Amino acid sequence: MEWLHLLVRHWAYALTVLLILIGLHGMLLKRNLLKKLIGMNIFQGAIILFFIVHAYKDGASVPIWSKALGEHAERYMNPVPHGLMLTAIVVSVATTGVALALLSLIHKRYGTLEEDELLTALRADREEV
Amino acid sequence: MTLESPVQIAFLAAGGVAHESARLVPNASDLPALILVPLIVGVFLVPLLGLLRRRLAYVTTLLILATYAALALTGLRTVLDGSAIHYRMAGWTPPLGIELALDPLSAFVMVTIAVIGLLVTIYAGAAVRRETPEREVAFFALMVVMLLGLSGMVMTADLFNLYVFFEVSSLSGYALMAVGHRKAVVSAYRYLLLGTIGASFYLLGVGFLYVLTGSLNMADVAARLGDLAGNPALSVSLVFMVLGLGLKMALFPLHIWLPDAYTYASSTSTAIIAPVMTKVSAYVLIRMLYFVYGADWSLSELGVGPVVAWLAMGGVVWGSVMALAQQDAKRMLAYSSVAQVGYIGLGLATGHPLALTGAILHILNHAMMKSTLFLVTGSVELSGGSRRLGDWKGLGRRMPLTFVGFTLAALAMVGIPPTSGFFSKWYLALGLADSGQWALLVLLILSGLLTAGYFFRVLERVYAREPREGAVQPAGEATAAMNLPVIALGAGTLLLGLFNAWFVGRVIAQALPAGLNLPGVS
Repeated sequence: MEWLHLLVRHWAYALTVLLILIGLHGMLLKRNLLKKLIGMNIFQGAIILFFIVHAYKDGASVPIWSKALGEHAERYMNPVPHGLMLTAIVVSVATTGVALALLSLIHKRYGTLEEDELLTALRADREEV
Repeated sequence: MTLESPVQIAFLAAGGVAHESARLVPNASDLPALILVPLIVGVFLVPLLGLLRRRLAYVTTLLILATYAALALTGLRTVLDGSAIHYRMAGWTPPLGIELALDPLSAFVMVTIAVIGLLVTIYAGAAVRRETPEREVAFFALMVVMLLGLSGMVMTADLFNLYVFFEVSSLSGYALMAVGHRKAVVSAYRYLLLGTIGASFYLLGVGFLYVLTGSLNMADVAARLGDLAGNPALSVSLVFMVLGLGLKMALFPLHIWLPDAYTYASSTSTAIIAPVMTKVSAYVLIRMLYFVYGADWSLSELGVGPVVAWLAMGGVVWGSVMALAQQDAKRMLAYSSVAQVGYIGLGLATGHPLALTGAILHILNHAMMKSTLFLVTGSVELSGGSRRLGDWKGLGRRMPLTFVGFTLAALAMVGIPPTSGFFSKWYLALGLADSGQWALLVLLILSGLLTAGYFFRVLERVYAREPREGAVQPAGEATAAMNLPVIALGAGTLLLGLFNAWFVGRVIAQALPAGLNLPGVS
């Protein structure tokens, strides 16, 4: 029963693992290119959550200096992961943007985002080589 | 602090001022930031001037990359005594602030990126106009962004900063990869998905390291890891890092994105991405294994070394066999890239100083060889020829200069002395023999035969056969601007081979991590 205890105590981490698996499943096994992108977003979101969960402390305050809490670092949340993840969110948005641009080009050229239909279209496309 | 001069403002743009005593004239200790400044300026300047007049984008890129290359070479010369220059961004001390570090290893990889970038730009000036008409400005702008991202990855000493530069280079790389053949968008999209998994795995690895040590500065993390050996979380972080970086460097069997992406992208994009992108990921892997985790723990104790070494060897054999089976020149070169990256992986996983020397030398070697070969396929296509190897018969007489470069690079790929390709494999073989890895050594030598197989097959067609009836033939020799980089890179592989002893003793020996020393070199 120890693992159950561990799971209950660290349920937030278990959730990120679950989200990572859902995301990877979407990216690798879904047959629609847009669903793959959604999987990618879930996957990246899970990693962002992983950092944020780590920064959380029970009963701690926001990382803004206040007189009442003084200079006890343990009474504040860790601001570094939040800062890092802001950047990671920007990166993830940019990646999504590039991916959507590629998807719209794929749709314009081949008229589909379904992998099976796309493979047929690619095989039929004998431009150049 | 007030801003007094344009120099200072330019420095602020690079995050450079705010030292305790802001200097107006930068000196050698500012080199890590200074090397990046031309690229940062270029990211804005190239599209802006390109809007004014399209041709200006090319000229600006050329000037910017020339400055960058000159600074990178100065950087390499400054640290060749084995020292390192540490630069604190905006004056914040590490581990809180972000640190840039120029040591012999990063300076060496930086010079590789700069030289390849500069030579490919010379070629691109003539090629991009015809390959992707109307899109020159975007092409050059994206190329500068990508080179900035790669240089940042090489220069930074901060784990998270590395991730950001990683994505900067990747995103511009995906866009460059999507240009070219109609199918390129699909292969670029697949590359984007897998590349994002790779980068995210790297980020997860960083997350575990941060949880364990509370620090993101590489040197600081390395110092704090000492007491943590045996902690399972540390092993997990290493596994994520190796998986993520392995995906980006196309380590077998994580190479599946590579053949399609390289085949369908435009030749100029491939010629700039193929030589540097996977190599920089290999560099980061060396950085992590040897400088952050420590080779003794990561390679030997945890057993990552043998796993990566055998996978890399699998890549060498698989890539070579697949290359042998290809009829399309670019696809053959793409599979050959899988094989050549395998050599680098093999060298860095063995943990022997000689093998690591081979791996580091092969980063430069393979960058030069592969860039030459992809540029030649581009030249053939742009002069009206085809990528089908069957149509390459008799090309040696039709495009003699172009194929001098191709031949030199192909000989270096096969590893014929005195080309440089021979020496990187020689060091690899010495390292494997010295560490008693006989099975890998035998496979290494056999794989050389496979490489000889697929390159001599091409050379024989190019020089010894008459053109086939009705074959698609190029009109004639490529332009001088396209031939210059090809010949320069081909000659580079020869020169690097001839002056190999000097180069390895002077440069690579300094780049090895502390504790690993070449026999005979102090």
